[in-house]
Amino acid sequence: MKNFFTNMKKSTKNHLITYAGIIVAYAIMQILCGTGVASNLIKGLLVPICVYSIVAIGLNLCVGILGELSLGHAGFMCIGAFTGALATKLLYDYIPSKILMFLIALVIGTFFAALFGFLIGIPVLRLKGDYLAIVTLAFGQIIINIINVLYIGKDEAGLHFAFSNPNAINMNEETGVWLINGAKGITKIPSISNFTIGVILLIVSLFIVYHLVDSRTGRAIMAIRDNRIAAESVGINITKYKMLAFTISAAIAGAGGVLYSHNLSTLTATTNNFGYNMSIMILVYVVLGGMGSFRGSIIATVILYMLPELLRGLSDYRMLFYAIILIGLMLFNWSPKAIVWRQKVLSLLPFGKKGEKGKVE
Amino acid sequence: MKFKKLMSMALVGVMTLATVAGCTSGQSSNKDTFKIGGIGPLTGPAAIYGTNVMNAAQIAVDEINAAGGINGYQIEFKAQDDTHDAEKAINAYNSLKDWGMQVLLGTVTTTPCVAVAEKTAEDGMFQITPSASSTDVIVNDNTFQVCFTDPNQGTASAQYIGMNEIATKVAIIYNSSDVYSSGIEATFEKEAANQGFEIVSIEAFTDDTATDFSTQLQKAQSAGADLVFLPIYYTPASIILKQANDIGYAPVFFGVDGMDGILTMDNFDTSLAEGVILLTPFAADADDEKTQKFVAEYQKRYGEIPNQFAADAYDGIYAIKEAMEKTGCTPDMSVKEIGEKIIPIMTQIKVDGITGEMTWNANGEVSKTPKAVIIKNGAYVAY
Repeated sequence: MKNFFTNMKKSTKNHLITYAGIIVAYAIMQILCGTGVASNLIKGLLVPICVYSIVAIGLNLCVGILGELSLGHAGFMCIGAFTGALATKLLYDYIPSKILMFLIALVIGTFFAALFGFLIGIPVLRLKGDYLAIVTLAFGQIIINIINVLYIGKDEAGLHFAFSNPNAINMNEETGVWLINGAKGITKIPSISNFTIGVILLIVSLFIVYHLVDSRTGRAIMAIRDNRIAAESVGINITKYKMLAFTISAAIAGAGGVLYSHNLSTLTATTNNFGYNMSIMILVYVVLGGMGSFRGSIIATVILYMLPELLRGLSDYRMLFYAIILIGLMLFNWSPKAIVWRQKVLSLLPFGKKGEKGKVE
Repeated sequence: MKFKKLMSMALVGVMTLATVAGCTSGQSSNKDTFKIGGIGPLTGPAAIYGTNVMNAAQIAVDEINAAGGINGYQIEFKAQDDTHDAEKAINAYNSLKDWGMQVLLGTVTTTPCVAVAEKTAEDGMFQITPSASSTDVIVNDNTFQVCFTDPNQGTASAQYIGMNEIATKVAIIYNSSDVYSSGIEATFEKEAANQGFEIVSIEAFTDDTATDFSTQLQKAQSAGADLVFLPIYYTPASIILKQANDIGYAPVFFGVDGMDGILTMDNFDTSLAEGVILLTPFAADADDEKTQKFVAEYQKRYGEIPNQFAADAYDGIYAIKEAMEKTGCTPDMSVKEIGEKIIPIMTQIKVDGITGEMTWNANGEVSKTPKAVIIKNGAYVAY
């Protein structure tokens, strides 16, 4: 058995550690919730943590592995959330099982997020430079504004659409129901998401990105990140691989969005939950967790998402503490002195080894 | 890599610790005080509303405690921040539940309130919102509103303009990214069809573009509108008033309760608001004794004039008190027991508050009369 582990490829071992960490954390939380020890606050935080971990993994694929900055991943999350929730609203009465319903919503939400990622990628990923950041930033805002003026209703005659004016929808007022009601968004979404579904989705996303990165495709993607000209010179189709990575990245963000939309009964598009605020928040998770390190993204998300909630006792001062902790973490992670110190401390530990850099974990 | 391994262990440790921390603060409810929770935006762009609500609720709670409490028991009030976000509101709600909350005053804004209302319905908790005005908030039996619903405000405004023949051509400028604003706009437009005036221009803006309204105003002006309906909050409204003045456009401006507060804004020239008409249930300079006492206390404590959100919250706490006294609730009752007692009685009680005399119907809608006021010499005067 010991041989089995020592002979294993280093990256495989690393991945297994990540999966094991998630499963152990899941088991502990399930026991705590089951025995009633966990507080309501903690129970409420579990699904959002899974949501943001998934989106952070998606963004990390784009930022850390592909090396392109995206400031609109919350926009893809938004597409996934709205298309997924819309599918659930339409089909919920006809589908007998909740899990099946969620799977359908998941497929639809992920597909549409990927589609939009693909469409955006067509013009932008052919360019050099930071254009992707600019375009995705605008994309996130455009999506929110469109959803805020979009009205969709359903009655016995079928679906009704209206743009910017809810009175123009022409729907039977007594029997019709609103599916998307402008700025009010979607309400009364059945809450299907739970911690188990979240963790399964998280593991599946991890599985996909790990396998992508370890494959020939992944090496091509990283070659583009490291040196575009060299990659081009050995015959790698730059646009194709960039599109592939970006589309998968958007799709994973969309899957996170579907999980998000089935957690709360209401879904609205605001800058807080799907705008640049959230995109940058997720980017912070990725950067502080370490670019290219998926495990790091999850850890950073868990810590940074829980922190402001657990500091609620400090009332408004929690914002101050949160900022200080962010700066502290940044220094701890990236300052050269801190890295030297970390390695020194780790080499003193009995099982310590020199830290390795540039590995995909 | 080892470091990361340590980190993943630390993560498990953090989660475990957090749970323990959560549970120690959880079960500490003592049985001789009522616990009322409040949720609203205390930080972020909507913080002014949440702060006003929590301040006023605290004043009401202190007054009640000083006068002997509810049924002889003291009340504790605790406010939690939701930053005007549905997800954070659920976290705030869970954290208040851990604290031992029995009744909820909140949430202040509509979107978070819809999400929280779903949770309170599950728990059977009595919820009264001071200011979340959408009809989506009160779909469940356990939720009641102190403020008017959006459709009522839109309809009432249109009827008011039509009946008093204030204008013949009306322009609307509203915030399409805001639930409150777009809700009122839609019902106003609907009711306008039955009234004797014509809507000549409808222009929208969003939270991100709420700094320049020259296009919208010029369109209203060139369409010949003699009244501009502003179903928006007072911050953008103040910019509209200023920019209208700059281009020399002087129609009648008609606002709703979100406009309240415009006179107390910093760096706003109140002479620009001369002649603005608004529908509001509360005027801070009303001369009845209760309002004056509340405004004086609020000014003493927080150094500013309370707005209508504050007044609604103050009345909300008194509505809870009235309902609890009618049903003889005691602090040792569970959340569900209190809910089961109070919810049916809400339709029978009558609260004479600072926003008028209030009764509730079974839907949870409040009934009170909106007052139209006009701003004259920097003060509200009944229109």
